[in-house]
Amino acid sequence: MKADFQRHEMPTQNPAVRIGNFDEVALGYTEELALAEAARCLNCKDAPCMQGCPVNVHIPKFIAALRAGKPDESAEILLADNNLPAICGRVCPQENQCEKFCVRREKAGGSVAIGNLERFVADYASARNVMPSCKSSCGAKVAVVGSGPASLSCAADLAKAGVKVTVFEALHKAGGVLVYGIPEFRLPKSVVGKEIEKVAALGVDIETNVVVGKTVFVEELLAGYDAVFIGSGAGLPSFLGIKGETLDGVSSANEFLTRVNLMKAYKDGAVTPVQRGKNVVVVGAGNVAMDAARTARRLGAEVTLVYRRSRAEMPARKEEILHAEEEGIKFELLTNPVEILGENGFVRGMKCVRMQLGEPDASGRRRPVELAGSEFEMACDEVIVALGTTPNPIIKRSFPALETTSKGTIVADENGRTSVDGLYAGGDAMTGAATVILAMGAGKRSAKAILRMLEEKGKIKCAECGGNSDGGNVK
Amino acid sequence: MEKYEIVSKRTLADRVNEYVVYAPSVARHCLAGQFVILRVDDDGERVPFTVCDYDRAVGTVSILVQEVGYTTMKLAETKVGDRLADFVGPLGNPTDLSAYKRILLVGGGIGAAVIYPQAKQLFSENRAADVVLGARNVSLVMYEEEFRKYCKNFHLITDDGSSGRKGFVTDIVRELLEKGVGYDAVFAVGPLGMMRAVCNVTREFGVHTVVSMNSLMVDGTGMCGCCRITVGGKIRYACIDGPEFDGHEVDFDEAASRAVMYREAEKEHVCRLRGTAK
Repeated sequence: MKADFQRHEMPTQNPAVRIGNFDEVALGYTEELALAEAARCLNCKDAPCMQGCPVNVHIPKFIAALRAGKPDESAEILLADNNLPAICGRVCPQENQCEKFCVRREKAGGSVAIGNLERFVADYASARNVMPSCKSSCGAKVAVVGSGPASLSCAADLAKAGVKVTVFEALHKAGGVLVYGIPEFRLPKSVVGKEIEKVAALGVDIETNVVVGKTVFVEELLAGYDAVFIGSGAGLPSFLGIKGETLDGVSSANEFLTRVNLMKAYKDGAVTPVQRGKNVVVVGAGNVAMDAARTARRLGAEVTLVYRRSRAEMPARKEEILHAEEEGIKFELLTNPVEILGENGFVRGMKCVRMQLGEPDASGRRRPVELAGSEFEMACDEVIVALGTTPNPIIKRSFPALETTSKGTIVADENGRTSVDGLYAGGDAMTGAATVILAMGAGKRSAKAILRMLEEKGKIKCAECGGNSDGGNVK
Repeated sequence: MEKYEIVSKRTLADRVNEYVVYAPSVARHCLAGQFVILRVDDDGERVPFTVCDYDRAVGTVSILVQEVGYTTMKLAETKVGDRLADFVGPLGNPTDLSAYKRILLVGGGIGAAVIYPQAKQLFSENRAADVVLGARNVSLVMYEEEFRKYCKNFHLITDDGSSGRKGFVTDIVRELLEKGVGYDAVFAVGPLGMMRAVCNVTREFGVHTVVSMNSLMVDGTGMCGCCRITVGGKIRYACIDGPEFDGHEVDFDEAASRAVMYREAEKEHVCRLRGTAK
């Protein structure tokens, strides 16, 4: 088959319809589309796309298998390196990763839609309900703190090597940011649920309602397990630090999204309430800001997004910005809030100033500078602050021996080794708020380092296979 | 016993029940002043309750719950042997009154549940506190016998005089301070208005006062920021920085406003539960 020149875009729900529901926006490739897109891959020998993948998926290989009509084989290749492909296919910022390095990007109809293909293959495998089998235990035990992408990825790799893993989750549901943060219309909870089921099928025990540092202490875990991995995420929301921020109707994106996603406040008759403003202002321009804006839109609001820099600096995925615009989210760029105005305890508006871009700052982005005399007021009845998050202090406070930075992130080397013997960390807890895939990469590296350590200590025979080569698979 | 099973349930006052829940993981480390978050069923909301007693050997934790809204009413419908969907903790920081010798505990209404374990602990440490217990009326007086046993001087007062003296807890707090009882600290727990009133009195006398903030919460681990209050001009989270704060520094007006943020939604749920929805 002669390959099409142009990239095949992802079919999506019509914007006018989708703002009235919480169903997934991106509908997924049909088999026909997937095969046509797979045919565009040039199968480059040096696979430049792979250098953009934090978990080193063999991209040309899985695409080639798909193109050859072997989707099962394709899924196997994908799953060998990526424990959560149905999630990554949906939420990875591919334009800054694999697809950034695709040779077709500039002049040949656009990068191969690697993320869309990953999702197709992962969903295909998921629909066939192929569950991985549980490995026989090698005798080593590891505790994993948190159940977000870093932890799940670490747990899965350890379990594949025959390590008995117990995951401790503070909330009543496993998944971390995948269930409390990312909305249903971008990442359906059924998809997350299936991926977690697969991790559990590897023999990983998941204990919910355990707050490490409160319910159980790090010292106890270190005493009871051969190693401990902390993947507790960056859970603490940052606020603006301006007047009016404690008014009713002002919330962090974390709170707003948790109420809607985890607690299902968007459903009729839900017990957990959520603010339902008519005019909502979202502050920030990252993926979380887009999620909050689009969620508020679906709850019936007119939504304005306020960001102090310009469009070029918006940190969100391109697709999220595009989808937000299609859904009628207004962008007030180069605008900075200076005060939230209230009446009888509730939000009634926001005072902002206009900004212009000056010299580049430490992050390399041009620093926004206030335009004198540009103050103006916006009417609104709800404000959602999406300015990022910092690591949760509970673990550090209960375990001061753990070295952290001034920002509260855990100090660890590239393999997740912390200042404490046997204690590893990765994901947002170590880096500060980043992406799902970077967290997964960190989880994998820590799993590798833990296996090597277990081998050195003679707990397992071989870090590659967990010393499990004789055991075979037991269900 | 199963995880989160209700082991016993008894009515302590009008629409106030004590629930003893089997939760060994919580009982293992919990201390007075900390709280738990529970969900009654799988569709339920997450609601915080202060731990009022625990038994590490048996693995149980007791909470005292007043029927005020949807979830507390749902909880009241449960029976011994029922299982709660979730019960997580201990959350927040334990009460720390170790720096003080002469302590006055002031409890208003359901606040008795928070000062009761304190009274018991101080008694066991040989520095029994004085206690002022206030309630709207006799039907809402809790732990009277226990307080009499564990405290040095016990003062009971009700709004209508149906039990003990007639008046408000602040009447007694003021009298004691005017009399010159040299308290090192006052620990006041109850409705926001009562805690504010006590703080206004103790401020006059310059007596350090600790209050326990019962803010709205979702996760209870610092993740959502819903429970934020202003203390000494700074934003603090009741869940991870509290729940106890210097009462003279707390912005009670703001806390009172934030406490009713979801009142309309709550009313609707209660109507639905009672079958009186429009």
